[in-house]
Amino acid sequence: MIKLFVDNWSQFLTGFGWTLLSSVLALFFSLILGSFFAILEVIPNKFARIVGNVYVEIFRNIPLLVITMFFYLVIPMYVVKINGFAAGTIGLTIYTSAFIAETVRAGINSVDVGQMEASRSNGMTYVQAMRYIVLPQAFKYVIPPLGNQFVNLVKNSSVLAFVAGFDLMYQGNSIASTTFETVNTYFVVAIFYLIITLPISYYMQHLERKIV
Amino acid sequence: MKFKKYLLLISTLFLALILLSGCGQKPLSKQNILDNDKESKTITWGVKADTKLIGLIDVKDGEDKGFEIDLAKAITKKMLGKDAKAKFVTVTSQSRIPLLKNGNIDAIIATMTITPDREKVLDFSDSYFDAGQSILVKDGSDVKKVSDLNGKTVIGVVGSNSVQNVQKYAPDAKVLQLPDYAQAMTALKSGQGDALTTDNVILAGMAVQNPGYVVQGKPFTVEPYGIGINKGQDDFKQAINKALEEVIKDGEYNKLIKKWFGDVPGFNYKEVLRYD
Repeated sequence: MIKLFVDNWSQFLTGFGWTLLSSVLALFFSLILGSFFAILEVIPNKFARIVGNVYVEIFRNIPLLVITMFFYLVIPMYVVKINGFAAGTIGLTIYTSAFIAETVRAGINSVDVGQMEASRSNGMTYVQAMRYIVLPQAFKYVIPPLGNQFVNLVKNSSVLAFVAGFDLMYQGNSIASTTFETVNTYFVVAIFYLIITLPISYYMQHLERKIV
Repeated sequence: MKFKKYLLLISTLFLALILLSGCGQKPLSKQNILDNDKESKTITWGVKADTKLIGLIDVKDGEDKGFEIDLAKAITKKMLGKDAKAKFVTVTSQSRIPLLKNGNIDAIIATMTITPDREKVLDFSDSYFDAGQSILVKDGSDVKKVSDLNGKTVIGVVGSNSVQNVQKYAPDAKVLQLPDYAQAMTALKSGQGDALTTDNVILAGMAVQNPGYVVQGKPFTVEPYGIGINKGQDDFKQAINKALEEVIKDGEYNKLIKKWFGDVPGFNYKEVLRYD
């Protein structure tokens, strides 16, 4: 296994780099997008609630691979040319954002209504009450489930392999099929994924203990 | 402190994996596949399911159909008698060797070229077909031959040797490897690459299915296909070679070639007929 790594280290590291980049990008944008739709789902406006709900229900209930394939194959045919890496990362962002929206919404809802009512009766506007009173409390509740989403996101990034996104899994497939060392190759790939996901798990546990 | 704990965990895992991989590599079977198959009157073949003319699952009846399927059936009958059955398991270029190695299939008949690299990990029967690598492009493309691919993007399939070959003939081409031919073709259609490269017979099938796409230029390699067999199964290999020889001798082979490649535009079936 060590020999396999030594022989193919540049390919493994390239894959590791792309996986990391894709995960970081998807994490950043899905957090923004997810929070945005979560807020849409809770503000007292029927139209916004419907938009938020439809978005979440559609993308939460379609397999990630289908969303990704759509961006890889259909969009380039009719709209704009996007490569495998971009298609995979976009798919990952949209898919994860739907889950994050649900998580954040649950967090906001778990803050007692009394908090909002008290802020409003103290003269705060709705936005101020959200910004200074409700959201800070909500984020505390959602840290553990958000951590899960982040770990899932990193693992789901292996979808890039199906659209030639040069990630770890793609390089793994390529190495396995040229060296025929299938078992060892996927062991190395698994270790690389752990290198990304374990620190996230640990850091989330740490945050959980510190804040909550 | 936290960091130390994390480091410890990673290194433990590393150790465990190294130990595991050390003992997981024993040869799978000391069994004689030929004897097993004689007893069950069945040979399990790994075949393609997405390659028109070669091996394709017909969506209407779920049956495998194609040249390799018919050839596998003919070889099975010659080896084990008229009432023997050929069982088909779908493989891809990527999965075929692992599936053979772990014993899920007895033999691979799935457009696999005999290459020295592969001969290190498995045995091949005599060649049963001579293909050649070529490229498929959109009609009217400015890619006329393989060297035109330099600086362009070419699509191939993971695990096929065509992706390695094309890097020899067009070193500056960017290669995208997709999981199977159906997906590679769709990617070509949606403009993810400028050409699709693999063996000419496979491309001929794709050109039949997708009007507006043509096989461009002469083949630039020779790809003798062989039936892949696990190492150490010499009895099985000899039986397959003998059966293949008989299929060629009694003219059944040429009948199959004519049946599948008789009227494929851009493919001269007479070049691949075999006489003994």
